[in-house]
Amino acid sequence: MHAESEVRIPLVTGGKTLHDVSEDIAGRVEQKPTVTWMLAMAVSLALLLAGGYAVAITLWDGIGMWGLNKTVGWAWDITNFVWWVGIGHAGTLISAVLLLFRQRWRMSINRASEAMTIFAVICAAMFPVLHMGRPWLGFYWALPLPNTFGSLWVNFNSPLLWDVFAISTYFSVSLVFWYIGLIPDFATIRDRATNKISKAIYGALSFGWTGGAKTWSHYETVSLVLAGLATPLVLSVHTIVSFDFATSVIPGWHTTIFPPYFVAGAIFSGFAMVLTLLLVTRKAYKLEDYITIQHIELMNIIIIVTGSIVGIAYITEFFIAWYSGVEAEQYAFINRATGPYWWAYWSMMTCNVISPQLFWFKKIRTNIAATFVISIIVNIGMWFERFVIIVTSLHRDYLPSSWAMFYPTWYDVGVYVFTFGLFFTAFFLFAKFFPVINMAEVKSIIKATGQKPTKSGN
Amino acid sequence: MSQGTNYVLGVYEDEDVLMDAITAVRESGVKIEEVYSPFPVHGIDDVLGYKRSWLSIAAFLFGITGTCLALTMMIGMMGIDWPMIIGGKDYIPIPSFIPVTFEMTVLLASFGMVGTFFVISNLKPWGKPRIYDIRITDDKHVMAIDLDRNDKSEADIKKVLQSSGASEVNNKKFD
Repeated sequence: MHAESEVRIPLVTGGKTLHDVSEDIAGRVEQKPTVTWMLAMAVSLALLLAGGYAVAITLWDGIGMWGLNKTVGWAWDITNFVWWVGIGHAGTLISAVLLLFRQRWRMSINRASEAMTIFAVICAAMFPVLHMGRPWLGFYWALPLPNTFGSLWVNFNSPLLWDVFAISTYFSVSLVFWYIGLIPDFATIRDRATNKISKAIYGALSFGWTGGAKTWSHYETVSLVLAGLATPLVLSVHTIVSFDFATSVIPGWHTTIFPPYFVAGAIFSGFAMVLTLLLVTRKAYKLEDYITIQHIELMNIIIIVTGSIVGIAYITEFFIAWYSGVEAEQYAFINRATGPYWWAYWSMMTCNVISPQLFWFKKIRTNIAATFVISIIVNIGMWFERFVIIVTSLHRDYLPSSWAMFYPTWYDVGVYVFTFGLFFTAFFLFAKFFPVINMAEVKSIIKATGQKPTKSGN
Repeated sequence: MSQGTNYVLGVYEDEDVLMDAITAVRESGVKIEEVYSPFPVHGIDDVLGYKRSWLSIAAFLFGITGTCLALTMMIGMMGIDWPMIIGGKDYIPIPSFIPVTFEMTVLLASFGMVGTFFVISNLKPWGKPRIYDIRITDDKHVMAIDLDRNDKSEADIKKVLQSSGASEVNNKKFD
């Protein structure tokens, strides 16, 4: 049987019963949309529409509409791609890695973070797809199709192709993991539904779930094995994304530190985005008993740890550039900090290295307003990190006559805005129509957290 | 297995009471068809005498299939069908094949295992579940006992359930 020490703080507060959990979470799905929700939805749809124009023009006129030039051939597109993929790391990390470590506090936050992961990966995928220029030909370029389809077989030596496999596997496995978790909760909503339409919809979504012990037993094995598979997967994805740079010969990119540094950065930005979204959801849905200050504090601790890893990585990179004795490498790093893009470099340093260190103070890491502000600062910093790595390494080409600057056009901005619209539209739809907290899992810890005296006297 | 039509249901509020009840009911010689819960109760498969789920083995086999498939695909394309020297590497550069091999292994293992889970647990979008009690997905644990598969009389079974700590004992008939 399960034994819990008395000193442990309850993960769910407010003396909730099992039925209260269903009421609080499924009740949100059943109620009519609130005015706040509709306003939020309207704003995200407006972003989607405005950004959609930029996407349409990009598709119609080509990527010449972006600010790329022959020196800086990769800029906002891949910056945004890596940024979104990074954000998409927290969900699976929370649900898979924390499951393997038996961290029960994941249970109130895993559903929303996994949803965030899936939407972030969709947003990320927009950029390489659009950068193909003619995405409708993407099938021939990215999928292993026979030579008779036009070009040669795809090149399995290319990290860009590994990315195709990594991102699509990550997306589909995360989706399955998320959906498996949703099935029992959809069954709860199905059994509570009073009208025929929602009964039919949630009935189909719940796959005819009954909650039998045999099914639960298989279900638990499936969750555990999926967690075991998703853990190396989540680490592999950003490793492979970092290979896009690390396997090249560009000074500033060609470093072996990239895989762990990118993975730490991804978790760092992912947790920041989870906090940004959950603090708002918590407030709007009055989930203070489920997402407690303890949850926020634990997430902030992960932010300090990963933020410090990122900080050390920045310093190590700089040291190794000097220590290697390679002049091109040394120049690339000095140019980052003091060249024309110094402001981007120092924004990155301030946001990513200094701001998370504030969480060493308990007052700050348990303060909701401070956490919210820092979580946004971290994501701004992480965007600059990718921008710095990509643009500053490219803009001073080998020949000074080819040196150039990158200036984004409105279409660069528009496509980025489009992904925000997409992300928030999807997230708000999720928050309205799907249970935002994993009810079945939370119910399993209601007793273990010491709410009620139990027979065995825990 | 064809499903029965005439059931007695023991409704339990608490998972610890339920666990003791399962042992007590089984010891009294009553066959339990299945126990339904709103959340996974740890250790319930042991007291019900269920074997450990074999889905992890299925996942392993699907994973191995993915590994072989990925390597066959890449070696076939780059080593046999259209050999080319790229970046001074071999025709079959194994290190370059590792990432895709890993991803394909994970992909097939996950999808294969989840697909198998859906099939063996009879989960499908058009599935018509047999709901013994609508509160199972909310806050009640329900022990379903098929009267036609038990030798004991209905009254005896009800007595066993009541003494095991059930908060309600109900009848449920299906067509």
